[in-house]
Amino acid sequence: YEVSAAGVCCAGISVPRMATGMQEKQYTPSLLSFFIYNPSFGPREGEEEKKILFYHPCDVEKNEKIRNVGLCEAIVQFTRTFCPTKPAKSLHTQKNRQFFFEPEDNFWIVMVVRNPMIEKPNKDGKPPTIEYQEEEILDTVYGAVLRQCYSMYKLFNGTFGRAMEAGGVELLTQKLEKFFYRYLQTLHLQSCDLLDVFGGISFFPLDKMTYLKIQSFVNRVEESLSLVKYTAFLYNDQLIWSGLEQDDMRILYKYLTTSLFPRHSEPELAGRDSPLRPEVAGNLLHYGRFLTGPANLKDPEAKFRFPKIFVNKEDSYEELHLIVYKAMSAAACFMISASVELTREFCEQLDSLVGPQLTLLASDICEQFNINRRISGPDKEPQFKFIYFNHMNLAEKSTIHMRKTASVSLTSVHPDLMKILGDINCDFARVDEDEEIIVKAMTDYWVVGKKSDQRELYVILNQKNANLIEVNEEVKRLCATQFNNIFFLD
Amino acid sequence: MSDEHYLELCDNPVQFENASSVNNVFFDEANKQVFAVRSGGATGVVVKGPDDKNSVAFRMDDKGEVKCIKFSIGNKILAVQRTSKSVVFPDKRSVKLLKSQSINVNWYQYCPETAVILLSTTVQGNVLQPFAFRSGTMSKMSKFEIELPVVPKPAKLSLSERDIAMATIYGQLYVMYLKHHSRTANSPSAEVVLYHLPREGACKKSHVLKLNTTGKFALNIVDNLVVVHHQSSQTSLIFDIRLREPDCAVNTHQPVLPARSIHPYRIPLSGPTVVPSQPAVPCQLYSSSWSVFQPDIIISASEGYLWYLQVKLPPTVNLLQDKGKLMDFLLRRRDCKMVILSVCSQILEGGEKGSLPVVATVFDKLNQVYKEYLEAEQTYTLAMESGPSRGSAAQKRPVRTQAVIDQSDMYTHVLSAFTERKGVSHKFIIAVLMEYIRSLNQFQITVQHYLYELVIKTLVQHNLFYMLHQFLQYHVLSDSKPLVRATPQPRLSTANDEIVEVLLSKQQVLGALRFIRSVGGHDNVSARKFLDAAQQTGDQMLFYTVFRFFQQRNQRLRGNPAFNPGEHCEEHVVHFKQLFGEQALMKPATV
Repeated sequence: YEVSAAGVCCAGISVPRMATGMQEKQYTPSLLSFFIYNPSFGPREGEEEKKILFYHPCDVEKNEKIRNVGLCEAIVQFTRTFCPTKPAKSLHTQKNRQFFFEPEDNFWIVMVVRNPMIEKPNKDGKPPTIEYQEEEILDTVYGAVLRQCYSMYKLFNGTFGRAMEAGGVELLTQKLEKFFYRYLQTLHLQSCDLLDVFGGISFFPLDKMTYLKIQSFVNRVEESLSLVKYTAFLYNDQLIWSGLEQDDMRILYKYLTTSLFPRHSEPELAGRDSPLRPEVAGNLLHYGRFLTGPANLKDPEAKFRFPKIFVNKEDSYEELHLIVYKAMSAAACFMISASVELTREFCEQLDSLVGPQLTLLASDICEQFNINRRISGPDKEPQFKFIYFNHMNLAEKSTIHMRKTASVSLTSVHPDLMKILGDINCDFARVDEDEEIIVKAMTDYWVVGKKSDQRELYVILNQKNANLIEVNEEVKRLCATQFNNIFFLD
Repeated sequence: MSDEHYLELCDNPVQFENASSVNNVFFDEANKQVFAVRSGGATGVVVKGPDDKNSVAFRMDDKGEVKCIKFSIGNKILAVQRTSKSVVFPDKRSVKLLKSQSINVNWYQYCPETAVILLSTTVQGNVLQPFAFRSGTMSKMSKFEIELPVVPKPAKLSLSERDIAMATIYGQLYVMYLKHHSRTANSPSAEVVLYHLPREGACKKSHVLKLNTTGKFALNIVDNLVVVHHQSSQTSLIFDIRLREPDCAVNTHQPVLPARSIHPYRIPLSGPTVVPSQPAVPCQLYSSSWSVFQPDIIISASEGYLWYLQVKLPPTVNLLQDKGKLMDFLLRRRDCKMVILSVCSQILEGGEKGSLPVVATVFDKLNQVYKEYLEAEQTYTLAMESGPSRGSAAQKRPVRTQAVIDQSDMYTHVLSAFTERKGVSHKFIIAVLMEYIRSLNQFQITVQHYLYELVIKTLVQHNLFYMLHQFLQYHVLSDSKPLVRATPQPRLSTANDEIVEVLLSKQQVLGALRFIRSVGGHDNVSARKFLDAAQQTGDQMLFYTVFRFFQQRNQRLRGNPAFNPGEHCEEHVVHFKQLFGEQALMKPATV
């Protein structure tokens, strides 16, 4: 897992967000510590250190590490007595919140998040008063972030158990160190929200004919390059087709859209390493290039090494090379069994076959997209914002979130509103029935959550002096009119 | 090799007494009748037509050598020509001169099909003057000149009637000129030059068929193909003037297929009355005694046979490697349907790399023709609805030729068997089905539900539920009617219900259960529907599994494995007890 220079942001340092009064400072939630342990590795007294497989920050004194791990163990053991199958998932304290997750038998991952706080200066040189806002963060959001950490590790390394089998504790700790050292730097706990809970996939809206053309392209490539086992197709960082199973695609999508694509688009935007220099394959111009593997095929020193990923296969895992190839805004991921060694010849063949076709498809999609946009009318700033999620196909859509970059995901609404969305989502999670919740926020906003079948829709409306009935009518109207082109995806 | 003969003589030739010193044989192109005149008619004239109705036998007085003999249409009047300047009608009739034209004529050709006569004029004979006969009138058409390879000096007759033929190809009248090679004119091989003769307007040189050889040739037209027989090599070539050659100048054509001889033909020894045990002797093909008539007639006077020439399509499949070109060729042939469908099956057998682009090309070509037919049909229907009074000429209902291969043809003869075939990867099956659906969509043809069912069945059989969801998401597996613009859930659950119905109707009970579980709908489905389907299969283990599945569901939802009365599963409970006994039923868990 690689991190772009722009994406590095030291965890633990709080970022003042908003000054509400004179010199009053607000601090967002931040990562205090993150550790992984296995109680069965050091069961005897004096051997406790052996349990610890990874600890961040690494400069914490040994005994403190042991104490913290011991505390977690104790809490989990203690809560088991109440419900043996569901031990504690989180521990709330005034200053921080701890999250526990056991992804594999006896392997525990713990994440400690410092609660957001407000620092109020005092007169007469007295030290400032600190007010912890312990109710401001949501278990669902950070629990999901923790599970995502594990999924991402597993995508690139396989399970903990696999590393243990291959090289024992030594190999596992090496892998954990290598992966999490970088990955934790990319966690932006201050901007985690409902979308992390969903872990959804944004699908690119497309007409049937263009979609079928993409199908045809994928099938032809898989037929001519028989090494390719799975293909995924994205446009504008949105998914169009996945040959991978849903859960694997979910995490791969997360990696592509929050790490790989932003890392490559930033130099593009900066004008460096311009991709707009077309390659010539035969007599066809194309804009295709590898985002993983060789940066330049013509370089005699080019390396043909690709990242390896692990995907589910019945009861075991399958290890694959991940080739990501992009032409303009269209990206195709080709996955090939890791047992095959990829050569220059193969990459050249792929480049000359896929490059021209993908370039053509990308411009087709772009054209079709513009036609559809013209039909649906000019972009007006709508009077509402929404998040939609479908549990069945993981389709998500948000008009609240701006473009995601490697460093931050920006939202266009106040964090208080985001918190309300999260709360509504927690309420929904408690019951199976279809529900609708309407909340009047402190400001002029109304927040409406609808859950029906496997779908959730959250709408934020800004309507002064509206009453409950009017808001309800408004949302009904929106569902009937505005959402037809959003829901056309499912 | 015998599979490569793509031309054949018909099985039921017209037989007549072979030509001899006492028996003269005449052929009338208009009525397609053969006249066998024995001893100038004194010992009998036997007339044989294409079918028995046209066969007549009579005697007439021998008044000298018969030069030509013909019946009028319907065998009403017989005309006999014995001298170069007189024609005798045996029945006494009067003949009236309707119109006359005075031209010096070298020779003439008549095309009965279009009632056009072509006169060779001028000294060289290469200026041709056509006349059209229509309802008792004769109208002069514009004359045209055939380009001769060499202009002789001094001028002399240089265009022979043997080198000119008239025929209708794709509904248009053409004058075909067999242009022999000439050393002096720098034309290394012979060619056939086609002049298009429209009803109105000037005649234009339109196509050149390259023969790539020299020698004696004869022409036929079969199924809109120009067939060129080459005597010395005893082979024939076929040309399709609608097939465009990418590497040739416009309207210059190479043979569609390599030269092959007509399929060997055996003549029963005893002649007309066939005795099964009688050995047959091979017939000498391309014999110098053959006479060739338009459009598709070959007569062997010495053996007493008249054949119709036919094109056999199956051998062409292996001779034409380019499948796109093969489809272009086949789609224009009369009896093409089964051959086209067999080609489709054949390319799907492949398994060779790069067959998908070929499959796509073939589907696109089929659907192009299919779409044209659907459009013509629609135009016709609209015209009929708007009333026959509008538009002076009554609209003709479009003819559905064999080239119209619709979805049901593809499903029945190709796709259904293909998806069942063992050893074909499901990836390829899905790719092919999607390619067909893509092609139909491209031509804006509404996809029939049974094609979607094939896709769904294949996906479910291989547990590819996520792919299925994605297809549903992009409406690839829905009909092309405007989408219901409402909240998403009713529509999606309708799609799910439909899929379940499809799977149950195909007896894919477990597949249906797995599917509904994958969409999270298994808590709400009707158990009865699944149990009915499972019971109908007669598979006891399947019934057991499904029954157990729902008992467990009941247990989970209601804490009791029993079915509610509202679910109407009483008969299934009885059936289950009969099969597996009372004790096999799940008991409510005791607290």
